[in-house]
Amino acid sequence: MARAVSPSRKFWTTLAAWSVALVIFFPVFWMVLTSFKTEASAVATPPQLFSAEWTLANYQDVWARSDYPRFFWNSVVIALGSTLLGLAIAIPAAWSMAFVPGKRTKDLLMWMLSTKMMPAVAVMVPLYLVFQKLGLFDTRIGLVLALMLMNLPIIIWMLYTYFREIPGEILEAARMDGASLWNEIIYVLTPMAVPGIASTLLLNVILAWNEAFWTITLTTTKAAPLSAFIASFSAPQGLFYAKLSAASTMAIAPILILGWFSQKQLVRGLTFGAVK
Amino acid sequence: MSTQSTRLASRLMVAPSVLLLLVWMIVPLAMTLYFSFRFYRLLSPDRTGWVGINNYTWFFRAPDFWLAMFNTLALVGGVLIITVVLGTLIALLIDQPVKGQGVLRILVIAPFFVMPPVAASIWENLFMHPQNGLFAAASKALGYDPILFLEHYPLLSVIGIVSWEWLPFATLILLTAMQSLSSEQLEAAEMDGAPAFARFRYIVLPHLTRAITVVILIQTIFLLGIFGEIYTTTQGGPGSASTTLPYMIFKQAIVAKDIGRAAAGGIIAVVLANIIAFFLMRGMGRHLDN
Repeated sequence: MARAVSPSRKFWTTLAAWSVALVIFFPVFWMVLTSFKTEASAVATPPQLFSAEWTLANYQDVWARSDYPRFFWNSVVIALGSTLLGLAIAIPAAWSMAFVPGKRTKDLLMWMLSTKMMPAVAVMVPLYLVFQKLGLFDTRIGLVLALMLMNLPIIIWMLYTYFREIPGEILEAARMDGASLWNEIIYVLTPMAVPGIASTLLLNVILAWNEAFWTITLTTTKAAPLSAFIASFSAPQGLFYAKLSAASTMAIAPILILGWFSQKQLVRGLTFGAVK
Repeated sequence: MSTQSTRLASRLMVAPSVLLLLVWMIVPLAMTLYFSFRFYRLLSPDRTGWVGINNYTWFFRAPDFWLAMFNTLALVGGVLIITVVLGTLIALLIDQPVKGQGVLRILVIAPFFVMPPVAASIWENLFMHPQNGLFAAASKALGYDPILFLEHYPLLSVIGIVSWEWLPFATLILLTAMQSLSSEQLEAAEMDGAPAFARFRYIVLPHLTRAITVVILIQTIFLLGIFGEIYTTTQGGPGSASTTLPYMIFKQAIVAKDIGRAAAGGIIAVVLANIIAFFLMRGMGRHLDN
């Protein structure tokens, strides 16, 4: 939709767009800034932007007070594990829905999505009990399974919308050349679908990283990821702003950086078939 | 081209997903349904037994039940309206020829990467706090008393926080959809003298229908279960002013330790979600088809 416009109009739209973007981004910026202030500076009135006393002590404190590397590693394993397992199960399903659609394919997809509408709180106790019984409580494998199942409908839907954009003729040509079903998936379809799979992977790693209900309900210490780490810091409200900000920054920094670097792939995939 | 064997193979490939989701849905649901008719309180473990529909009648008669229903719908509806309207406006703005579009996108997408407990605690402490928050400082600088966001406007505050979290998602999907609109059509309309609003109303908006549908569908799925933001900020209060159905269930299960009642609330929540899902998918299926 880019068109040639007059320089003055470009100036004003640029100004407006930047103002809006900075307002949206400001809370994150302010949190990171606060994390480098002393506690006194963090709650000073009026708020200090440049006159603050800067320090790294908050990060050192948070690091010393809790086992950050363990929480971090749990987050990595759970987010990546649940996404990869979900992809392994979803790719064949999305493939067959996209290329061998039946009469009920659309209904099936909608049903899958509707399973996500069940509020987590509603089934908290049963799931807690099942996890206890099966020995999955407070284990990484338990959370990998739970988050995989939670995000599976989203993964399937995203992949389905990508796969549908791949022209069927190519598959037919491969079939004529005698490719078996699995060869067709591995050698023909997958390479074409890599961008779609990549953005599905990114989105789901983000969703799993940020999941903060099951990760807190189904863990205590061993398997607790960063969402649980941050929950333990928000208890003393209104007291340790700088430390809270440092812990918050440490919890979101890995995914923020990953997200920013892979922003292009992510955005391209974030359409859910909304763009024809 | 799809032979008998391809069909069979494709069934087999869908089967694992369907079976897993079926188990994931049915097992907890069946257990919740069972508990909802039982006396099951963690504080009196010796008493058990069937109680008929008592747990349900308790829920329907609870003084804050209808308020919680209203709050749940207001939260979902409010966030949807804010994110779709603001998302469309921001997408329109960023879609203009502006300097530094790449950096703009990075700034706008940032809230999407912030996990809910962090988002809630930043807003609660750094911004809305009546003594140390930035909003309070701004009010004081202008000579007003600080606004007690979480005390006086708890539900609106939660809606604001959740909207901030979901705005990037809506904006980016709408932006992608806008960028797929051909510029010729718009230029032609502009040359014919169609005013800006008419161009938006009759060309851009119809093009966005599908994207808006997707935004509403996906966001509703996530918004119906919103819990962490309320737990971190208002704890459903003051009183029950910001209690939603999920939060009410949580209070029964964790605070009152009454699993039977919590389960009855869970079933009510599932029924509500299904009613919404039904209308949503009926209304939206049309736009998503082809």
